[in-house]
Amino acid sequence: MLRIRQDLVDEIVAHARRDHPDEACGVITGPAGSDRPERFIPMLNAARSPTFFEFDSQDLFRLYRDVDDRDEEIVVIYHSHTATEAYPSRTDVQFGSLSPDSHWVLVSTRDPDEVEFRSFRIADGEVTEEPVEVLAASPLSEAAPESSPSQ
Amino acid sequence: MAIEVRIPTILRSYTGGEKAVEGKGDTLADLLGDLDSRHPGLRGRLVTEDGGLHRFVNVYVNDEDVRFLGGLETALNDGDSVTVLPAVAGGSR
Repeated sequence: MLRIRQDLVDEIVAHARRDHPDEACGVITGPAGSDRPERFIPMLNAARSPTFFEFDSQDLFRLYRDVDDRDEEIVVIYHSHTATEAYPSRTDVQFGSLSPDSHWVLVSTRDPDEVEFRSFRIADGEVTEEPVEVLAASPLSEAAPESSPSQ
Repeated sequence: MAIEVRIPTILRSYTGGEKAVEGKGDTLADLLGDLDSRHPGLRGRLVTEDGGLHRFVNVYVNDEDVRFLGGLETALNDGDSVTVLPAVAGGSR
């Protein structure tokens, strides 16, 4: 089961819409061992493709170093499919098997009005869909846009 | 000549759960051969049968991807740090 705040779901969907028709990708990190997604980190799709995504290798290195320094883990790895359903492809399964500890979140932007948001576990070449529980946005993230500029 | 090699979670079954191991070698290929003598099978997860680096992993010497250095022939020096990370990629095809 993936438990994720509404504002983080919204961030993922907004990123996917923004990069459509190319695939969008990124991660959400959280405290190590918590399985709790907290910090939204959109990544550049180095492939800039409507059918493929990959993290730039230098960005990936910096991401892992940052996650280590903050004592975090990569809780969610997300990407979009822009013309097909939000279900892992064969390529997703190959790469997803390397990160079995992360929730593999897929969104589809094939329909401009409807959002498909699904989460999977991928391990040893096996895909298991899991339920998604969406939590209320945290008070902090709601307050942020309303706070006045620094004085 | 000791070189620290950082191992990702997915490959720690080859290192008895260790996050980092030490090895030696003048090139990355030598280092991987040295590591494989103590952690059998590890090399096979990083190098293809054709002798190239696997597309599913990224290998860095210090903070440079070895694909932009000399690949498996990248020269190593005492005190260098090698990092292995699983590539993050996929897509609808």
